Amino acid sequence: MSTTRLAWAAGLAILIVLPFITPTYFLHLLIQILIWAFIYTAWSLMGRFGFVSFGHGAFMGIGAYVPALLWSYWNVTPWLGIPLGVVLSGLLAIIIGYPCFRRRVIGHYFALVTLALSQVVLLSLIAAREITGGSLGFTQRAVGYSWYALQFPEKSYFYAIAVLLWLFGLAVWRRIDRGIGREALEAISEDEEAAASVGIDVLREKMRVTVISAALTALGGAVYGQYVMYLNPETVSGIAVSLQIVFAAIAGGVYSLFGPSVGALLTLSLTEGLRVWFGANFVGAANTIYGILLVLCIIFMPQGIVGTLQRPKGSSARRDIAWNWRKG
Amino acid sequence: MLAVEGLCKRFGGFLAVNEVSFDLRAGEILGLIGPNGSGKSTTFNLIAGNLRPSAGSIRFDGREIGGLAAHAICHLGIGRTFQIPRPFRKLSLLENVTVAAYHGAGGKISRAEAQHRAETALEMVGLPVSSSVQTNGMGAAALKKLELARALATKPRLLLADESLGGLDREEMEHAAEVLDDIRNRLGITIIWVEHIMGVLMRIVDRVIVLDHGEKIFEGKPAQAAVDPRVTEVYLGKART
Ligand SMILES: Nc1ncnc2c1ncn2[C@@H]1O[C@H](COP(=O)(O)OP(=O)(O)O)[C@@H](O)[C@H]1O
Ligand SMILES: [Mg+2]
Repeated sequence: MSTTRLAWAAGLAILIVLPFITPTYFLHLLIQILIWAFIYTAWSLMGRFGFVSFGHGAFMGIGAYVPALLWSYWNVTPWLGIPLGVVLSGLLAIIIGYPCFRRRVIGHYFALVTLALSQVVLLSLIAAREITGGSLGFTQRAVGYSWYALQFPEKSYFYAIAVLLWLFGLAVWRRIDRGIGREALEAISEDEEAAASVGIDVLREKMRVTVISAALTALGGAVYGQYVMYLNPETVSGIAVSLQIVFAAIAGGVYSLFGPSVGALLTLSLTEGLRVWFGANFVGAANTIYGILLVLCIIFMPQGIVGTLQRPKGSSARRDIAWNWRKG
Repeated sequence: MLAVEGLCKRFGGFLAVNEVSFDLRAGEILGLIGPNGSGKSTTFNLIAGNLRPSAGSIRFDGREIGGLAAHAICHLGIGRTFQIPRPFRKLSLLENVTVAAYHGAGGKISRAEAQHRAETALEMVGLPVSSSVQTNGMGAAALKKLELARALATKPRLLLADESLGGLDREEMEHAAEVLDDIRNRLGITIIWVEHIMGVLMRIVDRVIVLDHGEKIFEGKPAQAAVDPRVTEVYLGKART
């Protein structure tokens, strides 16, 4: 028990010290890793129960674009814009989730519906090119250091925000994992009919976790948008982003608290490393290697990296008692 | 307590349950028997809300429940077991029953209280109360008990027990039957008990209904069923072929 406390304390200490000792470039990378880690964690809230959404690019896109557009065109502070984007994403999750869950659209079909959602949001962003700049993207109106506009040229501010955001994501994951909510969702993911027969409101439980997951993803998108200032439909929405979320979260491990975060750390460092290493020499080589590594990872570590590392410890704790019932 | 009237269930052109009617008094234990495929499990699915009736009415304490969602019917006080056990494999034995206790109460109790109810239910059916037991190692008899414990944990007033003896050996059957008897006598829960064989059930139930091809062909005392020509024909006729 106290060793976990110690590990947490040490981890937090490192996170606090890091901005003072790392060069700006690494801080930039770290901020992105933390924000994506938060988004992957948000996705895994659903993904771990087998509700595999390929629609999270849509939620991220809405979360990023709504406050950015409101600020840039109508001077609305992100303090209002961000909650609005989060709420809109939540509503979209309800609009898509309700008929799906009601009609028991699960497995491949659910994946397809959500995949389409990703693309609808991407195409809408591109189509509204008058205000979004279409596929060229758009840069938010910059005002320099401002709490009102939530803009900080100094990276350490966003680093602090990203750390808090990430910790918040872990806390939500933990809360769902520890609470009776996990048991109900595990039951639902295995057998909806049996779950309903013991009084579980299947529709409500699924809606709840979906809305939480979508809303958090939108929040992640919003912070990402505030940080990078430049938004492009392809980098914050669409199938590519949805796939990035799904792959990285699964590669890291959706069944463990730190799985999605490790997924973010590894995939982003890897992309960045390969990009630097290959430079402009072999265009596409970095992406190919990245893809191959992901495939290998998912084939050989179906529990994800963190899940696989934890396996030996976990299996001894979960003893399977072969046990035969007899009276007396 | 329960009034079923003209209940029908059609799958495509096939009538699995055909104009079945019966009443159930509180505190009663009713046997529902019939050969395989006679519509017993379908009748349970209709009462428990897993299937929508094609026609007819099901009233529970005077309230129409036909077509309500399964979880809503559970909250009203009807618990069921599945003929083929459907444990939640990713949850431990205790968690399986705790989740039932918690959600059976509509989430209005604490987790501690849910676990307490789960433990009581596990004790009642004779399963071990330990948080480390997984469902993987459990045999057929134990899984049948888990079905019962999970249903009991939701605190039903009416329990639908589907073939609680299926696949058990002699000794296990005797005990399972005792457990059902206990549930009625000690907890005062009304029971409809489905089996496809007569056996032990006939000793314990107050009344028996026999289904054949989805139709009710007999209703009365167990002793009369054993000598009723239509019932013996269904049973012995089937047994010989
Ligand atoms: N969901 C379903 N779809 C189509 N036919 C079904 C379905 N459920 C049951 N049946 C059919 O209805 C009949 C009655 O089944 P069931 O109620 O399970 O019988 P019993 O429990 O008495 O053995 C069987 O012929 C079975 O094949
Ligand atoms: Mg049956």
